[in-house]
Amino acid sequence: MAAPMTLLLIVAVTIRAVLYRSGVADLVSERVEVVSPLTAWKRVVEGLALLDLGVSPYSGDVFHETPLIIYLFHFLVDYAEITFMLADVITAVALYMAVKDYNKQVFRKQKYALEADRYPLDCLELIRSPGEMYYIPLKVYPSCSTCGLNNAVIALFILSTVKGNMLLSAIFLSLATYQSIYPLTLSAAALLYLMQVSPATFWWFVAQYAFMYLGSLLVLVGLSFFLLGFWDYLPSVYGFILSVPDLTPNIGLFWDFFAEMFEHFRLFFLCVFQINVFFYTLPLSIKLKEHPVFLIFMQLAVISIFKSYPTVGDISLYLAFLPVWSHLHRFLRNIFLVSCVLLACSALFPVLWHLWIYAGSANSNFYYAITLLFNVAQILLVSDYFYAFLRREHHLSYGLYLKRKDGSEATLVLK
Amino acid sequence: MAAHRCSRSALLLVLCSLCLFSIAESQETTPAGDHRATGVDNPQSVTGSTEQMAEQPTVVEEEEEEEEDRRWEATRDEVETENTSAPDTSAPTFEVHSSVPKPKDDFQEELVIRPLHSGDIYASFQFRTLWETDFTTGNKVSHYRLFPKSLGQVISKFSVRELHISFTQGYWRTMQWGQPFLPSPPGAELWVWFQDSVTDVDETWKELTNVLSGIFCASLNFIDSTNTVQPSASFKPLGIGNVTDHRFLRYATLPREIVCTENLTPWKKLLPCGSKAGLAVLLKSEKLFHSSFHSQAVHIRPVCKDWQCKTKSWELRQTLNVVFDLHTPGQGKQEWSLFKMFSRTLTEACPLASSSKIYVDITDDPQGEQFEVSPATHLLSQAMVLGDRRTFSLYDLTQQITFGTVRSLNLHIRWKSSEGYIHYQPSKDRVRPHLLEMLVQLPPNSVTEVTVQFERALLKWTEYTPDPNHGFYVGSSVISSLVPSIVAMDTNSTREQPLFSSL
Repeated sequence: MAAPMTLLLIVAVTIRAVLYRSGVADLVSERVEVVSPLTAWKRVVEGLALLDLGVSPYSGDVFHETPLIIYLFHFLVDYAEITFMLADVITAVALYMAVKDYNKQVFRKQKYALEADRYPLDCLELIRSPGEMYYIPLKVYPSCSTCGLNNAVIALFILSTVKGNMLLSAIFLSLATYQSIYPLTLSAAALLYLMQVSPATFWWFVAQYAFMYLGSLLVLVGLSFFLLGFWDYLPSVYGFILSVPDLTPNIGLFWDFFAEMFEHFRLFFLCVFQINVFFYTLPLSIKLKEHPVFLIFMQLAVISIFKSYPTVGDISLYLAFLPVWSHLHRFLRNIFLVSCVLLACSALFPVLWHLWIYAGSANSNFYYAITLLFNVAQILLVSDYFYAFLRREHHLSYGLYLKRKDGSEATLVLK
Repeated sequence: MAAHRCSRSALLLVLCSLCLFSIAESQETTPAGDHRATGVDNPQSVTGSTEQMAEQPTVVEEEEEEEEDRRWEATRDEVETENTSAPDTSAPTFEVHSSVPKPKDDFQEELVIRPLHSGDIYASFQFRTLWETDFTTGNKVSHYRLFPKSLGQVISKFSVRELHISFTQGYWRTMQWGQPFLPSPPGAELWVWFQDSVTDVDETWKELTNVLSGIFCASLNFIDSTNTVQPSASFKPLGIGNVTDHRFLRYATLPREIVCTENLTPWKKLLPCGSKAGLAVLLKSEKLFHSSFHSQAVHIRPVCKDWQCKTKSWELRQTLNVVFDLHTPGQGKQEWSLFKMFSRTLTEACPLASSSKIYVDITDDPQGEQFEVSPATHLLSQAMVLGDRRTFSLYDLTQQITFGTVRSLNLHIRWKSSEGYIHYQPSKDRVRPHLLEMLVQLPPNSVTEVTVQFERALLKWTEYTPDPNHGFYVGSSVISSLVPSIVAMDTNSTREQPLFSSL
C-alpha cells in the first residue's frame, strides 16, 4: 500500500507545484472561499512586516494568527510554499497511517465478533473485507493560507489518538486548540477512543488527559507571551474567533446574519451560534461512544460547517475521511442530491461573487443564499452518513432483512 | 616630428638617444648622467615651437590629480619619490641620490569609485605605465619591463605617434549618471596618429588594424576604407606633438562590435602584474560583463617627462570603466562592497606598481550622512575632475595598514536608509483609521510612488450612508517638508505685507 501512496503524493505535490507557479495561485489566494481573515497568507506577511516596523502586529485589525505562527514564519517566510506543501503531505500521510491502523482494529474486532457468532446470519454481506479497506486521502489545493498547518496538526492528533499515545494526543490537541478554539470538541472523542484502547477508571483517565492537555496549553500560551512580550494576542486571536467582528464574506453562516441583525441582539445570537458548534459534542458522544473515530469525523464536520470563519480547507479535511466509510454507500439516501447541490454551489460561488462585487448587479443576499445552500448540503451529507452508519450498526446487531413481528418487511426509521 | 627639425638637431637627438640607451642598458643611472642628457636636450626644447608649450597645460591638467594627491599626502604620509612626468614642486630628479638605479619606467594603478545618484555605482580603473624610451628611431627596443612588448612593437613597427582604442558595451546614461571620465561610443573605436615618417598611411593603417585585432582578439580586421575616416578638425593629438597634419590621422569605429571575456583577457595580459596582483585581480569577467556599462580602452601617447619637457616618455594608459546596477527597485539603495561588485577582495598591491590607490568619491556626501564607507580612512584627497572640484576618500594599497588584520580589503559603501522613519498605525475597525507617516528623501528629478494594498470590509446595515452608491471618499495625504523652525517662526518679516510673508 505504500507504493500507490507515494505515487499519489508525488502526483499531488507536482500538481500543487504546477498550480502554484501558474497564475491560478494568485487568483485563488484572493478568493474568499479559500482564505479567511484568520488564515490568509497576505495577512501573515503583513503581520511580519508590522513586527519589523516595530509595531505590534495585533494593534490593527489585519492579523489574527497566533504568535507561534509569527515565530514559525519569521524564519520560513521565503519558503512558504514548501512549508504548506509539507503540511499537506504530513496531513495526508498522517491520515493514511491513522486510517490504516483503524482499519486493522476494525477488522480485528470484526473477526472476533464473527467468531463469537454475534452477527446475525444474513449480515455477512455487510462484513467488510480487507480488500475494501484501503484508503488514500486526496487533498490538493493551491491556496496560500495557514489552514494547511491547522489541518496538519489535527491530522497528527488523529494519528496519535489512533495509535493510542495519550501524551502526543493531548499535545497535538492543545496545539490545535491553541490555533483555533474549536478542536476542543474533539477531546471527547479522543478520550473515548483512548479509554477503549487502554481501559482504566474513567475519572482518573479524564484527569490525566486533562492535566496533559492543560499543561501543554499553558506551555504554548506562556511561550507566546515570552515571544512577543505582551498579552494583546489573546483578544486579537481568540476574541476575534469568538466575537466575530469582521464580517468578510466567507462560506460560513455568520457573516451576513450578523451584518443584518439589530445590534441589540448581537450578543445573544453570537452566543447561540458559538454554542451551536460545541453543543453537538454531548449527544453525539453519547450515541457514538462505541465508535470514536466516526465521532471524530462528525465533530470535524460540525466544526467545519458551524465555525465562525470556515474555508474549503476545513471542508477538505473531513471530506478526506469519506473514503473510510465507503462501505456505507448502500445506505446513503441523499448522496446524489448532495453531490449535485455541492457542485452547483461551488460553481455559483465565483459567479455570484463577481456579480455582487464587480458587476454590482447582485447584492450580499445572493452570495449568502448560496452559502446557506452549501451549508445545508453539507449538513445533509453529514447527517446522511450518520444515518447510514447507525443503520449499518443496527443491521449488524439485528440482521439485514428486517421483518416485523407479523413477518412483513419493515423499514428502518431514524428517530 | 623629427622630420621637421633641421638635420643638426636630428643628429643631436640621435646622440642623446644613444646616450639614453647606453644608460638604460648599463642600468647604472645617476642623476648626473641624466642632467647631461637633459642638458643636451635643452636647446632643442627651447627651439621647440609654441605648440609644444600649448600641449603642456593639457598634460599638466590631467596630471594635476596625481600631483595634488601627492601634495595632500605629503602632509600626512612620508613623501615617496615617484617617477612621473608631471611637474612637481620637489622634482625628484634633482634630489634623489639613491644607490638603486632608477628605472625608466613606472607603473601606477588607480581605482575611482563613485556612487551615482540613481543608486548605481561607477568604478573606473586606470593603469598607467610611463616609459622613458624612444620607439621612433631605428634603435630597436628590446628590453621591456613594465611596458607590454606587443604594444611596444606595434608602436615601433607602424610608427605610431598616438593610439587610442576602446571597446564599449552598453550606453552611458548621462541623465542618470552624470559625465563619464572618458566618454566612449558603444562598440569598438580606434583612432591613431601616425608619425610623419610614414609614407603610405592607409597601408600602415590596414596592417595596424589587423595586428591590433590579433592583440585584442577583436574583429578589428573589419576596419577598412568603408568605415575609416580622416577627420580634419575634431581630433588633436593628446600627447606632445608638433604639427598636426591630419593626413596622419585615421579614425574608425565598429559600433556592432561586442565586448566579451575574449577581449578582456588580452587586455589584462598587457598589465605588468597581469590579473594576479593589485587592482587587476578585481577584473573578473563574470561580474564585469554583468553590468549596465562596460568600457575598456588603451591609450598610448608620448608625454613630457617633466616641466621642461627635455625628454619624452611614452605613456600607456589602460582604462576600464564599469557601471554596476545592483539597485533593486522597491528596496531602496543597497549596500555595495568590492566583493559584491567584483566578487573578489584586494589582498595586496601590485609589487611592480609605484602607487596603488583607491579613491571613493564622497563629494556628494562630505559629512557622511547619505552613505558611509567602511573601513574608514583618514586620507582625503581633492582633485579637479571635469571642471568640478571633488573630494575623495583615499585608500593606499601600498600601505600594509590599509588591509588591516584580515589582510584583505573589502570596501563597503552602505547607504544610510533614506526612508529612515516609517510610522504606521494600523486601523481598528469602527474604532480608528489608518495612519501612515513616512520620512522620505526624494532624489532629484525622480518620481516616487507609494502604493498601499487594502481589503474591503463588509458593513453592517446600520453603517450604510444614505447614498452608498457614491462609494467612499478618501482624504488627501499631507506632504510636509521639514524646514528649520527659525525660518517659520520669523515674525519680523510679517509686519508689512503679512499675506506675502506667510506664503
